[in-house]
Amino acid sequence: MINGGDTAWLLMSSALVLMMTLPALGFFYAGLVQAKNILSILFQCFAIAAVVSLLWFGFVYSEAFSGTGAWIGDLNAAFLVNMARGAVHPGTAIPESVFVMFQMTFAIITPALIIGAYVERIKFGAVLLFSSLWLILVYAPVCHWVWGGGVFAAAGVMDFAGGIVVHLTAGLSAIVAAWTLGPRLGFPKSIQPPHAPWMVMVGAAFLWVGWFGFNAGSALKSGADAGMAMLATHLAAATATCVWVAIEWVKYGKPSLVGAVTGAVAGLATITPASGFVGPLGAVALGIVGGAVCYVAVMVVKRGFKVDDALDVLGVHGVGGALGSLLVPFMVGLGTGGVALARPLLAQFAVQGEAVIVVGIWSLAVTYLLIRVVKLAAGWRIGQEAEVQGLDFASHGETGYHTAG
Amino acid sequence: MKLVIAIIQPHRLDSVRDALIAIGNEGMTVSEVRGYGRQKGHKEVYRGAEYTIAFIPKLKVEVAVSDERAETVVEAIRKAAHTGKIGDGKIFVVDLESALRVRTGERDTDAL
Repeated sequence: MINGGDTAWLLMSSALVLMMTLPALGFFYAGLVQAKNILSILFQCFAIAAVVSLLWFGFVYSEAFSGTGAWIGDLNAAFLVNMARGAVHPGTAIPESVFVMFQMTFAIITPALIIGAYVERIKFGAVLLFSSLWLILVYAPVCHWVWGGGVFAAAGVMDFAGGIVVHLTAGLSAIVAAWTLGPRLGFPKSIQPPHAPWMVMVGAAFLWVGWFGFNAGSALKSGADAGMAMLATHLAAATATCVWVAIEWVKYGKPSLVGAVTGAVAGLATITPASGFVGPLGAVALGIVGGAVCYVAVMVVKRGFKVDDALDVLGVHGVGGALGSLLVPFMVGLGTGGVALARPLLAQFAVQGEAVIVVGIWSLAVTYLLIRVVKLAAGWRIGQEAEVQGLDFASHGETGYHTAG
Repeated sequence: MKLVIAIIQPHRLDSVRDALIAIGNEGMTVSEVRGYGRQKGHKEVYRGAEYTIAFIPKLKVEVAVSDERAETVVEAIRKAAHTGKIGDGKIFVVDLESALRVRTGERDTDAL
């Protein structure tokens, strides 16, 4: 039976999550790069949204959500040929069409998150091929393992909205992309600062609101779980913002806008796997830990690894997602409003740890291998002349701002 | 005739304009420029990474005046642009060979 309220909320959530890529993530990332590369970022987001949607329709949805395989789905839902107009998604009261659409918006944003690692120096064709292969070989299998009835779903892993499926996979794959690509010219000494910090804030603000659809929508119904998930999401974002601002204020004497909004996104990534499971107090606790640990992670990746993960995809998304996923079992019992664990605390923690490790290794290894294929087929890094000129004109023949600078 | 070229802090433009109006000056041209002097730019921190901003935004004010008014104009700009902090800018005065008002064809001091 299709439930009108549930369906209405999931329709709304699908729109909110698409908004996280178009335009939120585009603004968030584009403001951080140089003026000569703004359009390349916006275009990469837009193009990934279009290409992933067709792949999702073609066979990737089926690969992730059809069948009962432990490691991979089947092709029974390819091209959505068997989807009747009134079909209900199993275990929910929403139409299959809405479930396909809702999950499609997740499949869009996950490869788009990786953009942050390879900005300002990648070939556009490589972006399309890499994102497509990555969706098929990393995202869809992991999605099946955790949400599509695969091994970790069977083991009882707790990943409410994608700490593992979305943020961990994207964060770890991002560092591989940044490493294989090499740093931007002039890294780290003469890299230019963000060209439009205000745009980063606009993007983060849209992300924050869109995340309500991401997390509260992941309840797959309207009601108590969705309500608590939205509250938890909001509190974690607010808390992590305060934490990041406080750290910068003490360390540099001046709190920065870019820092504040980065903190918000770190908090949002951290609460994602826990959002439907914790109460308000657990959400605040995750916001504190997420803000502080992601801050340190960004510093470590930048200075310690010497890898040019330009916009901190690993430090913010990868670490936030892994952290939230590992801490869920400890946070659900904090205060009231959380769910009860299905097994003893340490047993649940073991399940979480196992999923994080296996998905982590899969993401790193498969991403590395598929990048080798992309290099052969489409090339990887853009030429030095084009990089200096900027990707906007070099790759797309367009200019973001017709002024000097 | 002289051409007075002042490089000033962007936020001092309004007071410079007011000062020039107050001494009866008829016009000015302003452009956005970037540069550095002895201050050598400044540092900004984003997500813990320090960036050197080598060229700081400034405004360039250009005023064409008769020889006898040059010193008055320079002094007015100096007072209005002054904050006492590093980065207040510089004022240059150069000889101006000729001037022409496009609408009427008037020349030199008549055109100012």
